[in-house]
Amino acid sequence: MAQVKNRLSPFFENITFDREDNELILNFGPQHPSAHGQLRLMLHLQQEQIVKAHPDVGYLHRGMEKMAENMIYNEFMPTTDRMDYIASSSNNYGFALAVEKLVGLEVPRRAKVIRMMLLEINRLMSHLFWLATTALDIGAMTIFLFAFREREYLMDIIEGYCGARLTHAAIRIGGVPLDIQDTFISQLKTFLDKLPQNIKDYEDLLDQNRIWLMRMEEVGEISTEMALSWGCTGPMLRASGVKWDIRKEEPYELYDEVEFDVPWSDKGDNYARYRIYMQEMRESAKILYQTIDMYDECVKKGETELMAHSPQYISAPKLDIMTQNYSLMQHFVLVTQGMRPPVGEVYVATESPKGELGFFINSQGGAYPYRLKLRAPSFWHTGILTDLLPGHYIPDVVSIIGTTNIVFGEVDR
Amino acid sequence: MRTYTNKKNVQAKPYYTDRFWKAPQVAKYEVESDEVFAADLAAIKAKFPVSDAFIQVEQMTVWINASDIYGVLELMRDELAYTQLSEMSAIDFIEQRDEFEIFYQMLSMTKRKRIRIKYTIKNGQAVDSVEKLFRSADWSEREMFDMFGIEANAHPFMKRILMPYDWQGYPLLKTYPLQGDEFAAWYEVDKIYGKEAREEIGPEIRDTSTIDRYDSERFAKLGHEVPKGTEITGDEPKNEQNYQEEGGVFLIKKFDKDSSKVIDDPQR
Repeated sequence: MAQVKNRLSPFFENITFDREDNELILNFGPQHPSAHGQLRLMLHLQQEQIVKAHPDVGYLHRGMEKMAENMIYNEFMPTTDRMDYIASSSNNYGFALAVEKLVGLEVPRRAKVIRMMLLEINRLMSHLFWLATTALDIGAMTIFLFAFREREYLMDIIEGYCGARLTHAAIRIGGVPLDIQDTFISQLKTFLDKLPQNIKDYEDLLDQNRIWLMRMEEVGEISTEMALSWGCTGPMLRASGVKWDIRKEEPYELYDEVEFDVPWSDKGDNYARYRIYMQEMRESAKILYQTIDMYDECVKKGETELMAHSPQYISAPKLDIMTQNYSLMQHFVLVTQGMRPPVGEVYVATESPKGELGFFINSQGGAYPYRLKLRAPSFWHTGILTDLLPGHYIPDVVSIIGTTNIVFGEVDR
Repeated sequence: MRTYTNKKNVQAKPYYTDRFWKAPQVAKYEVESDEVFAADLAAIKAKFPVSDAFIQVEQMTVWINASDIYGVLELMRDELAYTQLSEMSAIDFIEQRDEFEIFYQMLSMTKRKRIRIKYTIKNGQAVDSVEKLFRSADWSEREMFDMFGIEANAHPFMKRILMPYDWQGYPLLKTYPLQGDEFAAWYEVDKIYGKEAREEIGPEIRDTSTIDRYDSERFAKLGHEVPKGTEITGDEPKNEQNYQEEGGVFLIKKFDKDSSKVIDDPQR
């Protein structure tokens, strides 16, 4: 071979690799713009083809399960924001629902409607963020700016509700802390009326785009068996031929009262997942229109309660605390010592934008959870890369990571 | 007198405890109250011993023997349509009973049911890997090993997953401290100079933010370190050092200077 002049001299002369073949080991991340956070991939390459992939996670590990074991239940709520920080209300909700099931609380209807609004707004925010970043990874800068613009409107609505844009902590165990602000519904309606045109704009740009199709179609195909075996949930599973949406199959809140479809596909490739995300945005909008009507009904009927009534576990409304001695005492005990749920175990799964978000709580009757296991969907959606990436080429890695929609706050917890 | 600390559980304790508080139980229901669960339990009971089974918060919990786990999950996947292992992990009961509770959260999408399979193992015992049945157990079992130190037999890659490979201790054990070691600053000093030199040397500076970055005399003289206070002459002898993690690094062989080739031709 002719000598190549001026090439960069390798700086790893001191490393000898175990195997002597043509495999190149590429270290992808943890600081890579398309690694969506802190993902590190060790890729074994034959030319540009991946023969073995080894995802390495844990760069954002904060020990949330350990933290949960050392604080009272209500204290842990803001920590759940930091899991899937793209849609933090859905984490708040998952935890709140698990504790409510454990102690057996019935949440007032108005709070349920507000929760559903927040959950669906979070789903839209998450999907818009997914579309923006994935399109950017693949090179579609326009989509990134469009989708972020729309997401900004939603963040403004949420900011008006709870004061935070990313880490909402907008849901409490037993209900919601606040009623929605006056402008909430009108802002939301304005947004929802525009949304179909916005989604159409994205699709006009992407659906038949040659580059988009080449990067998406028949790339990252996940078979049904593989998706089930790897514990895939959410859009990852629905794209692989299983029509499973926890909102539909095991309804929580008022999801059994609203009408919506569950988009699914049996292709299993990146493009199928992209189509599902787009369809789910439309379904979320459908649900939001219905929740607006449900909210108006609640107002008409004069249902004003936002928190469950359960003096043993939940503080009384502020008016009672300020006027009644016993409510004040209860409140004081619940804030300083925390609620003490009964002895038992609960596992509650909710459909977060990324998939099945589960909270397993083992309570020994104390004020702190004895064991809390967070079942984050992204953890397994990262694991599946081990089996999914081999056979693909380096550029596919970027689009596959994009469509798995992993968030590292959730993977590492 | 020193206050008693429970070494087997060093977790935070609530400030207020009520001696007379009798915690209620989450309601448990008979398995017979649900047809689907009753049929599933009968199928499991036909082949494996079941020590306890009940329904709690809409889900069935089945207690089995630790050695049966692979068989039970195989039966559930192939014959009872529980096609997904949502989650598995352990609960630390070392303080109370010197054992761990292991739970497997199963989901059947056709029946819309969830079952929790549970068993206990003694502290120090390993579990059987179910990675062959559910690939998701690959990462779950690694996480369980990482957090509790419970190994899974026949797992293809039993390494830490979230914590660094060289981490000491298992974070989710109740014996794992919540704070750092306050004496760590003396370990190196005691080892190198002896305990009696503590006063003279002072504690090791472990906070990188307090290192004086303008100390160009003694700082960043890698390979030419001299004792504190020595006059720097510029011709300090080379102090060869070898860095290598114990047990090696994944894919990388130990660097041996003698057998490696030094390339000093830039136009090579």
